[in-house]
Amino acid sequence: MKNVWTVAANTFREAVRDRVLYNLVFFALLMMGAAILVGQISIGIEESVIVSLGLTAISVIGLFIAVFIGVGLVSKEMDKRTLYALLAKPVERWEFLLGKFCGLVMTLTVNTAAMAVGLYLALWTVKHTLEKSDAWILVAVYLILLKLALIVALALLFSCFTTSFLAILFTAGIYVAGLFAGDLRAIKAVDLSAGAMNLMKGVSYLLPNFENFNVMGAVAHGRAVPEALVAQATLYAVVYGAVVLAAAAAIFSRRNLK
Amino acid sequence: MSTPAIEIEHLSKVYPYGFLNLKKKRSLEDLSMRVDTGEVFGFLGPNGAGKSTTIKLLMRLIFPDGGSARILGKSIDDVSMHQETGYLPEQPYFYDYLTAAEVLNYFARFHGLTATDRHTRVENMLKKVGLETAGKIQLRKYSKGMLQRVGLAQAILHDPQVVILDEPMSGLDPLGRREVRDIILELKKEGRAVLFSTHILSDAEMLCDRVGVIVGGKLRGVGTPGEMVGIKTQGMEILFEVAEGKNLPLLAKATRTGERYRVQMPEEELYGAVDQLRGAGARIHSVTQIKPTLEEFFMNLVEADRAQANAVEVSGK
Ligand SMILES: Nc1ncnc2c1ncn2[C@@H]1O[C@H](COP(=O)(O)OP(=O)(O)OP(=O)(O)O)[C@@H](O)[C@H]1O
Ligand SMILES: [Mg+2]
Repeated sequence: MKNVWTVAANTFREAVRDRVLYNLVFFALLMMGAAILVGQISIGIEESVIVSLGLTAISVIGLFIAVFIGVGLVSKEMDKRTLYALLAKPVERWEFLLGKFCGLVMTLTVNTAAMAVGLYLALWTVKHTLEKSDAWILVAVYLILLKLALIVALALLFSCFTTSFLAILFTAGIYVAGLFAGDLRAIKAVDLSAGAMNLMKGVSYLLPNFENFNVMGAVAHGRAVPEALVAQATLYAVVYGAVVLAAAAAIFSRRNLK
Repeated sequence: MSTPAIEIEHLSKVYPYGFLNLKKKRSLEDLSMRVDTGEVFGFLGPNGAGKSTTIKLLMRLIFPDGGSARILGKSIDDVSMHQETGYLPEQPYFYDYLTAAEVLNYFARFHGLTATDRHTRVENMLKKVGLETAGKIQLRKYSKGMLQRVGLAQAILHDPQVVILDEPMSGLDPLGRREVRDIILELKKEGRAVLFSTHILSDAEMLCDRVGVIVGGKLRGVGTPGEMVGIKTQGMEILFEVAEGKNLPLLAKATRTGERYRVQMPEEELYGAVDQLRGAGARIHSVTQIKPTLEEFFMNLVEADRAQANAVEVSGK
């Protein structure tokens, strides 16, 4: 476990030195602009506009980081051959992989937390107060973070057996498909055979259901998020993520470096 | 007998290539050899011979299609064998956002060294490989030879018993080469085993207790550098200068370069020739034995291999 932590800390250091956290400047500008604009047209919806905009930005920026850096976590080390010296140390390949994963999740956590603070600041600017119900924003942010961790795991898995370009494509593809996983399950098409229906059902259950993590609608209107939903989403992310990481480790452990 | 440092048994590696990886290329065929503790072993071979393939197999960076290997008696499947081994990759590259000191510190963590221990070792090692002034510069600003030095430093940082270096001299200036030679000899003096690959035969002759020559994925011979080329001398060579117009029958056989003449003869004719030269008032610069060099041995093997490959190609048509 010490090795995992060592790799994770270095991955975080890399992200910081490669100026990944600079995206926060962009987020800050966006929130500032929104706060000023909303303050002027004030018609009683400032709060929900700021919250939806902020949560969307947190999610989208996080997605970009998760996909692009997630895919590069291992493949960049293989391409640049920095892995050669490292894997000749007493480190298991799965420890390296898990360390990389944890390092990026750490980066995303710091980044997301900073953005959440920015969101609260913007909210305070327009409302001049914060209420108890605003705490639900934190729950929404937590769920976004779970979603991002799952995406990092998927990006890592794809990058273990295909090129970076395809891995980005697959990860983005599975994200979009995962947004519709729920719809796919609910579909009742009359003109489809029973076989096709079952196949579609099967696929829809295999796909990560990213709708599980979306509570923006409720939170933007100051409504509570049921505890059961949070617990269920957490469990889902942990189990799904563990399976994906285990698969990635199994593939990577047998992989010949170039 | 003590456990050998490195023991390789029937190792082979096939690389798939071509459309859908349907074709196979044998990069290593049934390689067996051993390196003992306290021994410096040179791995010689032309480009594409399979030296790096063998070394990467030992380091578990790639996996064999057959055979096995042990390092200090431990199967290479066991990651703990890395605790006692150091490895310098070919054309090493490291995290370019770190400084040399940070990279070494990072690698040292995997060996379970304490913070103070890491600190002193890193300092000493940077000094040893001549990077003490560059230790605080990010590696993206390093030259090729400097990276090579960082590579060497990380390979021996944790005092491994077995050191495996893939072309340790490549990219280094003459001073750097000397330093690497000194480091290898120092490792040997400390009783560690060193396996290194090279194309530079003089390095191998100078450093190695034994060498293995690999051509076309097959080990062609293992022995001391002397054994490999045969110890018997093939004759003597005299290098001399003599004034114009002297009557010297020897000149008929000599070749002239600049002011100097060079003449070769069987060993038993040496004294006669020296007397002749003395009589003519010539100035003798040197008398040396003519030995087939490792280089010639090497060339012969490579030529033979090419000839064989051609023969196969022709008969295959
Ligand atoms: N990833 C790979 N895929 C396919 N073939 C490979 C791969 N790596 C090496 N080979 C082949 O294996 C053979 C041996 O390569 P290797 O790198 O071991 O040579 P080498 O002896 O280290 O040569 P050099 O002196 O140039 O470093 C070569 O013919 C090479 O084409
Ligand atoms: Mg090589």
